[in-house]
Amino acid sequence: MTDETTSRVPASAPVRLGRKIKGLSDRSVAWLFIAPTIFLLLAINIFPLIWTIRLSLTNFRANRTSADIEWVGLRNYRRILTDPDIWNSMQATAHFLIWTLVLQVLIGFTLAYLINKKFRGNDMWTTIIVLPMMLSPAVVGNFWTFLYQPQIGLFNYVVGFLTGADPSSFSMIGDVALAPWAIVIVDTWMWTPFVMLICLAGLRSIPESIYEAAECDRASKWRQFWTITIPMALPFLMLAVLFRGIENFKMFDLVVQLTGGGPGSITELTSINLKREAFEKWRTGYASAYAVILFVTVFGLASIYVKALNKVKER
Amino acid sequence: MSYSVTDPSPRQKWTAGTLVILYAVITLLPLLWIIATGFKSPSDAIAYPPKVIFDPTLEGYVNLFTTRTRMSPDALSALGEPATWYDRIVRQYDMVISGPSRYGERFLNSVIIGFGSTFLSVFLGTLAAYAFSRFKVPLKDDLMFFILSTRMMPPIAVAIPIFLMFRQLGLSDTHLGMILLYTGVNLSLSVWLLKGFIDEIPVEYEEAALIDGYTRFQAFTKVVLPQAATGIASTAIFCLIFSWNEYAFAVLLTSGTAQTAPPFIPTIIGVGKDWPAVAAGATLFLVPVMVFTILLRKHLLRGITFGAVRK
Repeated sequence: MTDETTSRVPASAPVRLGRKIKGLSDRSVAWLFIAPTIFLLLAINIFPLIWTIRLSLTNFRANRTSADIEWVGLRNYRRILTDPDIWNSMQATAHFLIWTLVLQVLIGFTLAYLINKKFRGNDMWTTIIVLPMMLSPAVVGNFWTFLYQPQIGLFNYVVGFLTGADPSSFSMIGDVALAPWAIVIVDTWMWTPFVMLICLAGLRSIPESIYEAAECDRASKWRQFWTITIPMALPFLMLAVLFRGIENFKMFDLVVQLTGGGPGSITELTSINLKREAFEKWRTGYASAYAVILFVTVFGLASIYVKALNKVKER
Repeated sequence: MSYSVTDPSPRQKWTAGTLVILYAVITLLPLLWIIATGFKSPSDAIAYPPKVIFDPTLEGYVNLFTTRTRMSPDALSALGEPATWYDRIVRQYDMVISGPSRYGERFLNSVIIGFGSTFLSVFLGTLAAYAFSRFKVPLKDDLMFFILSTRMMPPIAVAIPIFLMFRQLGLSDTHLGMILLYTGVNLSLSVWLLKGFIDEIPVEYEEAALIDGYTRFQAFTKVVLPQAATGIASTAIFCLIFSWNEYAFAVLLTSGTAQTAPPFIPTIIGVGKDWPAVAAGATLFLVPVMVFTILLRKHLLRGITFGAVRK
């Protein structure tokens, strides 16, 4: 960007002039301005990450600081990759991730498509739909446990009313078969608007003239949808999936309040599992190795995905 | 409005509008239910079928802000008439108010930490964004990418060492610790958003100021800052909403003096299953964000899609 900026500046570069005038040189101003940010990011993000990697090679326990710290090499990693509990939570996370993405993309894109028809008052209704994603997931998740109560809960009542089932006959968060869906429903309710907004930005970026040209060529609306709308909105849609995918892989607050990982450990997503290892069982070294594995997984999946995304964009 | 072949027909608009409004109403139901439950009596809150029409009461709010003790009828009659309206509400259940609850403190913590970290992230973010936007910085692209990549870091991956680090530095359960932590998380977004806004301000303004004898610093404060005010404001809203809603770090790193409202609200439920009090606490915590969102929708919606639109 600066190359652009400086090239726009004429030969008499006032930037140089500024340096001659009293006060700090541009170079020192630049470093003065950037340094605090870099320092804080290093302290809060990078330094802890390096520390996590170091801890992951030890048997350190944060609740017993006086005990000797022993280097155990890769033992923690070996144990994690062969631990069936962890594979269970990986599966729970995969179920959650896949279904929330499928539902949010379908509903979010449909809503964006409908809003883009520019009916009267679409701005106001868009804002209302966006409300859930602005709220605190923990507080909202906590309240959904009330909506999910058998009999007295609003959700059970409405489902009972629509399907004729007895509202006290099922418990969304108490039933092993239903709990994985309970968290998918709330996450979809909360985050579909995010996918919708990104899709809307995508749809609005398609120039009107392309549709006009297609209209002149007598392409049917159906054909226009599949050959213009979908391909041109696809990079945006994929970006929305990337953001939601990363967020939901890390999912903690909403689900921990909603089901706490239960019943049993059926909705124990990796983050909840990790929190339990680190802050309830206090196996700090083991949990650090777990954190590193999760981190590498997110980064690996995300970078493969970004490569695919760039290919789509180049087309 | 000019006629266009690509304009949706009135019937299409009508159908689209109906479907979107239907979805909006369904999506709004849980939120309206939270607000309504806050004004119900405990028995109305757990009534079957769920009550849509009920006698509103402030019981939930009274219970939210107070702690109460049960007394024998004799002791109660010895106390005489209740002095205030909230005493009267509590008295119906043979109880007296024994003191304030912790909700007020927790809410205040959320305000202090939220605004503190927002101020710091926007302050540092504006400086860094200005430098990245206007100066030749070595390795600029790498630094900008580094700043963005810290955003992808799962909070859980850094929670353990931050917990240890805070314990060592005496920052656990302090306002300062939480403010620094949230600033660290918010900064990347803040720098990226603000750089976009500052890039849009023409450099010519500053050049004119520099020629007029302003120093670089004066040009920044007197020319660029006023121009970037809207951008700074909308960035601030994003940082504030993040810090306001954050739960994972708050629940792991705070327990008492610096605990924010999100980890506290779920504990209100207690053994009594006092849903109106939980709903009241949630309402007071969530409604400001809803009002904010509606009032500032233009800036907010732009910010959310920002990353996507710019690439």
